[in-house]
Amino acid sequence: MPPITATESPAGRSTPVDGTAETTSAALEQHGHGEIDVEALPMTVVHARRSFWRGFGEDVRDIWSYRGLLVQLVRKELKVKYKDSVLGFFWTLVRPMIQLVIYYVAFTLFLGNSQPAYAIFIFSGLVIWGLFTDIVGGCTGSIVGNGGLLKKTYFPREIFPLSVVGAAVVNFLFQMIVLLAALALAAVTGQRVVPTWDLALVPLALVVCVVWATTLGLFLAAATVYLRDLQHLIEVILLALFWLVPIVYAVTLPLNSFAANGHQTLLTLYLANPMLNVIAAFQRAFYTMGPEYTLQADLWPRLGFFLVVGLGLLWLAQRYFARVQGNFAQEL
Amino acid sequence: MTANVIAVDQVSKRFKINSNKSLKELVVNRGQTKAHATEFWALKDVSFDVPAGTTLGLIGHNGSGKSTLLKLVGGILTPTSGVVRRRGRLAALLELGAGFHGDLTGRENVYLNAAILGLSRRQTDRYFDDIVAFSGIEKFIDTQVKFYSSGMYVRLAFSVAIHVDPEILLIDEVLAVGDEAFQRKCLDKIRTFQREGRTIVFVTHGLDMVRELCDRVILLDHGNVVIDGDPVAAVRAIRDTWQDDAVTEAAAREIPEAELGNGQMSIGAVRMLDGSGSPVSRLAPNQPCTFEFEVDSAGRTTDWVSGIAIENHLDQLCYGTNSGLLGEQLAPILGSRTVRFHVPALALGEGHYHLTVAVHSHEGIEYARKNRVANFKIYSDREQVGPAYLEPTVEVR
Repeated sequence: MPPITATESPAGRSTPVDGTAETTSAALEQHGHGEIDVEALPMTVVHARRSFWRGFGEDVRDIWSYRGLLVQLVRKELKVKYKDSVLGFFWTLVRPMIQLVIYYVAFTLFLGNSQPAYAIFIFSGLVIWGLFTDIVGGCTGSIVGNGGLLKKTYFPREIFPLSVVGAAVVNFLFQMIVLLAALALAAVTGQRVVPTWDLALVPLALVVCVVWATTLGLFLAAATVYLRDLQHLIEVILLALFWLVPIVYAVTLPLNSFAANGHQTLLTLYLANPMLNVIAAFQRAFYTMGPEYTLQADLWPRLGFFLVVGLGLLWLAQRYFARVQGNFAQEL
Repeated sequence: MTANVIAVDQVSKRFKINSNKSLKELVVNRGQTKAHATEFWALKDVSFDVPAGTTLGLIGHNGSGKSTLLKLVGGILTPTSGVVRRRGRLAALLELGAGFHGDLTGRENVYLNAAILGLSRRQTDRYFDDIVAFSGIEKFIDTQVKFYSSGMYVRLAFSVAIHVDPEILLIDEVLAVGDEAFQRKCLDKIRTFQREGRTIVFVTHGLDMVRELCDRVILLDHGNVVIDGDPVAAVRAIRDTWQDDAVTEAAAREIPEAELGNGQMSIGAVRMLDGSGSPVSRLAPNQPCTFEFEVDSAGRTTDWVSGIAIENHLDQLCYGTNSGLLGEQLAPILGSRTVRFHVPALALGEGHYHLTVAVHSHEGIEYARKNRVANFKIYSDREQVGPAYLEPTVEVR
């Protein structure tokens, strides 16, 4: 199937790129003054077949020209989530705060976990894992869930999953506020909170997480149209994955266990999980109370490697998406 | 010579009806998937060009492929084969308020919907007051749209859509919304669009609207273009087939010629005759004609009135009268008589009409009635709308 259309848009995107934007906006200026010079506008093929290899750039330009819509949809997602509630957006902060308290009470008070500031440890991993699951889980149903809109209007279909990504990132940033507040509290109560160079890893880890989650999200959003079971399957898989990454337990536990039993391959596989490295970066940056509980490896090259691979896969996922998106409207 | 804004070139669209969307079915029906996938062609090899400024109507039966064609032009579906080209900005009004979200306020929805239709935030800011003014719901603009009445909802949605300022406007059956005053406003806006040389493609079942608005019509049947051209001819063709369908359907149901009333009298054959007295079912406007039917009374009836009514294809009463209203006192009846209504000039416009005849008492007790028995058509050369046929001239001083 041919990928994304070459339709006209406010930014005047079309096959002959140069000069088009001016003509279109000039035509638009004439609102209410009658006559529009249509002949000045170029004739473009609707859903022009784009090359599998080179179509990515054109598709990205299309999406970019709809960035206004993307912003609107993200706002919608955020607004609708806490519609009609008295506390409204404040709930975004309440949920992680309660989580923090529960972890503290359950693990440190009840179970007597000796790890210092264990709540901070869990939360620094959970905050980025939450972003990952929000994106992957949200994207999976984003095309199917927006069927009504999709069948009646046209804009680049990637906008749907991308709006999920946008909303998830905003939510993540709010949760970061809670994490920072908790860190401040920990510092006041005498825990060891020191800024280290590992903080510089956070933006890179965040980008790696978003790239990989978006890649999976794009792929799953498109595939779910053809196989609805994926929606439920993903929920289960994400639940299982949660225990494959060191959030609740310290990464050193499985590492030592693998090493002691001589499972070198398993160890390598375990560490090859990009999300594990992302979480490790977050723990190293924010959980300074017990560095011995975090992954002691040089994360810069590892994250850099995952970023490059992730970007390659993102390209592939987008090409897959572009290939099948022409049939979305009829499959829903 | 105006340039084309839409070029549809040998476009076909195949749909697969494949219900295997779950893992269970995939496993259970493994191997049969190919056989299960039934496919059909919604459009077959359709080609046409639309020059700038044209108002094109797409008409056809349900399932004739007209909405599919509209979606292909709008880029919502991709053709199985063939190419659709177009230029300029397009706004598709396939469903009013498709992008509306009930939990957002009217204001927020205006911005969201405008963005879906391709406006930037700045442009929406510029049109915002116009949009709200056109919709006429200033008071409620900051209310969540889920509290709107359906009328308010569509008014706001339509208002956004027409302010998007497109070169091409696609409309699918959405004009039949709102109260009459608002519909008028919409039609006025569409006329303004036409005057500004914008191109409009719309799908509708409202044939009168087609005749009123379009300067070209494409009649589709099972995915093929049957007629491409003059609206009058196309509307005539589709009315004829609808009529035939209705007749065959009625025949299939074997309705005994709908005879109603208390049975004191009965009505026999009903005929329509032209000026020379021969049976006719098609006339030009303003021709003389006669409606003739037999009535039979088993017993002697002194108090009786005979009437006729003419309805159009929309079951709209166009004309009705009876002997009492015409000031005739009918003589007592025993046995069979023939009733004739002579019309010196049948002033009806283009369309399909049905005759209903009845006999009843002066108080309205119905002795016998036959609904929609004689069907006839009026073919007119004059462009007009509505059932009445007038031949006005216009003068401006």
